[in-house]
Parts: sequence; structure tokens; C-alpha cells
Amino acid sequence: MDNNILHINNGGCVKVADIPVLAYDSFRTLTIELMGDKARHCASYFAYPCGDGLRLMMCIADDNAHDILVFACDVEKGAKLESAAKDILALERYEREIHENWGLEFEGHPWYKPVRNFFPDKYEFFKMEGEELHEVGVGPVHAGVIEPGHFRFICNGEDVLHLEIQLGWQHRGTERLMLEKKRLIERVLLAEGVAGDTAVSHSTAFAGVWESLCGYTPDKSVLWARTLAAELERMANHTGDLGAICGDVAYQLGAAVYGRLRTPIVNFSQRWCGNRLGKGNVRPAYAPYAFTEELRQQLLSDLAAYERDFLEMCDKVQHFPSVLSRLERTGVVSKEQAESIGAVGMAAKCAGVSRDIRASHPYGLYAGLVEPVVKTTGDVLARTELRIDEVKQSLRIVRALLEDMPEFDGKMQSAGTPKADSFAISLTEGWRGEICHCAVTDAEGELAAYKIKDPSFHNWMALALAVRGNEISDFPICNKSFNLSYCGHDL
Amino acid sequence: MTSLILILISALFFNGIIGRVKSRCAGRKGPGIMQPIQDVIRLFRKGAVYSDVTGPVFKMAPAVYLASVIIACLCVPFGHKAGLISFNGDFVFFAYALALGKFFCIIGALDTGSSFEGMGASREATYSMLAEPAFFLIMGSLAMMTGHSSFESIFAALHPSSTMSWALAVIAAFIFLVLAMIENSRMPVDDPKTHLELTMIHEVMVLDNSGIDLGLIFVTGYLKFAMYAALIANLFIGSIPVGFGIPVFLAIQVLCAVIIGVNESFTARFRMNHNPQFIFTLACIALLAVFGVMLMSGQLV
Repeated sequence: MDNNILHINNGGCVKVADIPVLAYDSFRTLTIELMGDKARHCASYFAYPCGDGLRLMMCIADDNAHDILVFACDVEKGAKLESAAKDILALERYEREIHENWGLEFEGHPWYKPVRNFFPDKYEFFKMEGEELHEVGVGPVHAGVIEPGHFRFICNGEDVLHLEIQLGWQHRGTERLMLEKKRLIERVLLAEGVAGDTAVSHSTAFAGVWESLCGYTPDKSVLWARTLAAELERMANHTGDLGAICGDVAYQLGAAVYGRLRTPIVNFSQRWCGNRLGKGNVRPAYAPYAFTEELRQQLLSDLAAYERDFLEMCDKVQHFPSVLSRLERTGVVSKEQAESIGAVGMAAKCAGVSRDIRASHPYGLYAGLVEPVVKTTGDVLARTELRIDEVKQSLRIVRALLEDMPEFDGKMQSAGTPKADSFAISLTEGWRGEICHCAVTDAEGELAAYKIKDPSFHNWMALALAVRGNEISDFPICNKSFNLSYCGHDL
Repeated sequence: MTSLILILISALFFNGIIGRVKSRCAGRKGPGIMQPIQDVIRLFRKGAVYSDVTGPVFKMAPAVYLASVIIACLCVPFGHKAGLISFNGDFVFFAYALALGKFFCIIGALDTGSSFEGMGASREATYSMLAEPAFFLIMGSLAMMTGHSSFESIFAALHPSSTMSWALAVIAAFIFLVLAMIENSRMPVDDPKTHLELTMIHEVMVLDNSGIDLGLIFVTGYLKFAMYAALIANLFIGSIPVGFGIPVFLAIQVLCAVIIGVNESFTARFRMNHNPQFIFTLACIALLAVFGVMLMSGQLV
């Protein structure tokens, strides 16, 4: 079996020729066998044109062995294949995506629902028959300033029996543009724009892929700046989400205080790199914005003020009966569900699945720095407390980083040019969860395929499962507790 | 007449005070006291948009809703000075005038055929229905204690020197205040500030109303608040001279608005399925008042 698998590390680069190519039957059997182990999950599964046909590339992350298992399969265009998703549910969205992008048929797939190419007049939503049932359709245009997505509930009175989520309104063709745009700066900007609130983690993943394709090792100061920026991004987003969760249960005090607390963090980012979301802060091969002693002092005093108010507010929220009664036992995702759909990041960690790339496949300066925060109840309260604990953890990480500040030379560097016929993969843990970028180069060293996977790709399914059996009036709070990305999913 | 004028004046600033208190509690300066009225004036200047699927009921509903509340306001006395409409049993008329307005609001919402509005209408109907017993039980106990059956004579007979009057007045004030919050779909039952249609009660019911219709619905809401607060004020001003009564009346209006504002600032709203329990609790407290009166007047034992 081991001859059929190539083991690579996070941020590794291999020759495409070294990746074992199997026949589809053994490819499928091997996938199902490997995914049977709960410590493994699919980091990316995609197809790209190779010769006259298509090559399927499977990347499975192994949390225990801390590596990524890669193997491939060549198939003809328009081939009819036996679905692997009917055995491993976590693969269903990948197969739908491959079907939609490349026209391969997966026979026995549980539900061929469009992933992104959605045309309302050609599509029949899932239906249930019954006198007492009614449907509620929400979106794609919503009452708040949020991204477009369509939610269709089938309800019995106030109770939700089924939620169907239809996305795709934000499909911009990011992966195609990655290949079409030849300049590095254009590609970095595309990576930053995959999901604007996760700009740092997505551009870090892109930089990881690019540097390993070029065979370039960045120095410590570059990794240090990326790690710091990622933790600040996590803190800012988690704090904003806590405010939004309080806002959704109409707890005005929490909404006001957390809303205010997010500001100093994003403002610090503005002071450091000129952008509140950290755009422009991560570039392949070098750190564009030096971190000075003055910035260090500023950040330390910002954090001291932040921590005092944050802890006080969290203490209130975590002990306030009327808030707890809204959060507890609302939107539960069980451990079995999280494992079966291959949930990552917060959706997995709140349901008792310890899945954190910073711990299992460390990158940047994370090695040994992070012990994943895991909650077991899987409800909205678990996701709230997870955020609180992760912010506390990020505070510790940021302070540890500030203790050991490297020298910045501030010089612009180039990583060089990508090696020909290579495959590179880079995983990062964004604040939502695992982000995976994969790239394949052709004989000239040009990008032949670029695959992006945002954690929302897996986790939208967790939301659909979480609201089943809940009241429809609790949907907004469930949705907010996941706070998934529409554009990250739609690419 | 006095009461009607005072209710109209209070209605002008009631929601403004709630908004101001909430902003202050959140550490913001907040909009001016007259902002809600300015919103209504702005809406009155706009045209209304009607969906193709709505009929005359939808256009009629906001006006009937407002009219019903105005009629209810006419029943409210000022202490021992009767309201414009006053007869024995007028509190029953009062309750059902309000119910008529609510009924029109609900069928107006159903007329749009939207699943959101149907959801809102069903919620609003449920909670109003559950709140009704509390109103009748507390009015019944007041009537039983005083031996009268019209608003004016009941309030005139509530004498602040009697301990029983005080106890009952306090319970009734609490019940009227919470009823005002439920009837106006405020916290903790509903959250007027949310943009999330799925969690709304009243707001989602009037989603399709725009321009002048929406303005009428807002005005009705302000009036309802002032009306309930006027009932509360009446519990305490029945036997004092009108000259003292007016400042007390206005002070009670402001106090009610502040209490509602503070309450909305420092609690989260209930989960939807806890609302019926909460509203029933109110009926239970009212029942307590009934038993108290029966015990005192020797009708129970």
C-alpha cells in the first residue's frame, strides 16, 4: 500500500512524476481505506487537465503522522466513475465540484446538487410533502450588509426539518484567474481576495506554495511577521464574531463592548501595514513591512488595554443567564456528524474533533506553540467559548512572539522562478479553520493548476445539519456562530 | 379629553427616550429624543410601494390598526376624569378595540402571501392571544375590589391610603408595563433592532409596508406605549387633584420609557419557545391578584 502513497510535509514540494498514479478502482479503494481512519481528513481533492485526459489529485492530511498523503489517478474526459462519496460522505462536495468543473460523472453520488453553477430556473430544490409543512426561502439578498447566499427551510410550524443552502452567487473564477494572471503581484492579490476577512491566512498559504515551488526558504523574520499577523487576524475576527453573536441575541452590552474591542486590533494592523485587514502584509519571500520596536511597544499597550476589557466582558457573557439560555443546546453538531462531513476548524473543534493545522501540520513559527482548544458540546455556546479561549490563546502566542522579535532588514526579495513539473501544497489554519492551497507546474514552470480550499467548503454542511430540529428563529444565531465565508466557498 | 392630549404628547417622545437610554447604556450619544417622530414625518412624505399580489385589505390594514388604537386611547380616563368614551364595562371594549386593530394587521400581513409575513403573523397572533388573560384577570380583580366596572370609576376608587390599593396598583403597573412590551413587540419577547427576519415578530409582519403605511404603523406603536403607560399612571393619580396629576402622569410616562430602555440594554431576548412561558407567568401573577382580592373581600372563605 505504501508504494501507492507519497508522503509530504506541509509546505512541501515534489516532482509530479514522483506522485503515484493509480487506476481509478484502486484510487477509490485506497481513498476509502485511508479515510476510514478518523485522524485523517481530505485536505484537497481536485482534477486538472493532463495530456488528453484529466488527472485526479487526492491530498489527505494525517493528523497523527503530521504529514500529507498524496496520490493521483488519470481518467479520460467525460468518464463515468464510481462515486467514493457514497462511502465517505466528506468527499461529496469535492465530487460535485469536479463534476461541475470537468464533467466527470460519479455514479452513485448521494446528491448531485450544483456547487456554484446555479441557475434557479433549471434547478429543483429538495422537497418534502405534507399538509402541515411550509417552505421559507431567505436570500440571496439579505436584510443586512452581508454576502449573498440562498437558504431554503422546510419547516413544521416553527421547527426546521431541513435546510438547503445554495451558494455560488459570488463565483468569480479565482482559480482560473490564478492561471491567467502571470504577474506575481496579481496572484498574491487574488489570494488575498479569496475571502477578504481571511486575507492574511490565504496569502500565507499562497506564499507557502510559491516559495516551495521556487525552492526558496524565507528567513525567520518573514515567518515571524506572518505568524503574528495571522494571530492578530484571528483575534480581530473572533472578537467581532463574539459581538455579532451578542447582537443576534439582542444583548446590547456585549455587542457594544466586543464591537469596540475589535477596533484596536484592526487599527494596529492598519498602523503596521496600512490595511485594517492585513492586506499587503504577506508577500512571497519577504516581509514588506518591518516590525519596529515602536510597533512592539504600541502592540503591548494595546493588548494590555484590550485584555482587561475582553476578560471582563467574557466573564459577564459566560455567566449571564439570559444569554446562556439562548446559546446552550442551540445548533448542535455532534462529533459523528463533524467527522462524517469532514468538518475543519471551529466547526470540528467545538464538536470534540481536535483538528488544528497549527498543531498537526505546523507552519511558520507554530511548531510546539499551539495546543488545540477543543469543546465537546457542539452547540452555539461551544463555538462562543471556543472563540473566547482561542483569543486568550492568541494573546499568549502574540506575547511569546513579541518576546523574541527578530531583526527586519526590510529589503525586497524575490523567491525566484518556480521549478518545472512540480507539485506543492500548503496548509494554514485561518481563523475559520484549515485553508489549503495546491499548485501544479508544467514543463516550463508555469502554473498548470491552482486549487484553493477555504474551510467554508466543508463547514457549510455543518450549518445545515446544526439547524435541523431547531426553531427557525434560532437560525441567525446558528449562522453567526459559524460565520462561514460565502466568497471563500464560491471562489 | 385631558388624558387624550397627554397621551398624544407622551407618544411624541416615548420611543425617543427608550432609544436615548439604550444608546447611553451602550456608551453612545445616540439620536435625539424626537428622532422617531422625524422618521415618521420622513415616511409620510414618501409614497408607498404595493406588491402586485396584495389587495385592498393590505392597504386598509395600517389605517384600521391606527384607528383601533386611537379608539382605545379614547377610553383611557385621566384619574377620576372620564375618557371620551366611558361606560360600564368599557375595559372590555378597550381590549377588543385593540384586538380588532391587531386582527387587521395580521390579515394585512397574510394578504402579502409571503412566508416571512405569515410566520410573523402567526407569532403575533399567538403572543397576543396568550397575553389577553393577564389583562382581563388584573382588570377583573381591580373591578372586584372597587366594585365598579368602568375605567374611570375603578381608578377613582383606588385610594392610595389603602394598603390593598397600593399592592394591587403595583402588581397592575408591572403587568401593564410588561403587556406594553409584549404588545409593542419589544424585548425580551421580540427585538425591534434586529435585521434578521427569521427572529422577528412584529417587524417581519410589516416588512411589505412602506411609506405612509409604515409611518402609520410606527405612530400606532408610539401611541400604544403611551396608552399603556397612561393606564399605569391612572393607577396612582385617581384620587389626587388634576394639577398634581399632570406632572405625576408625565413622570410615570418617562419612568416607564427609562425602565424599558434599561431592560433592553442589559438583557438578551428570550428564545422564541420560552416566550409563551413568560407570558403565562404574567397571567399567573394576575391570578394571584384575583385571589388576593377574593381573600380580602371574604369571597373565597
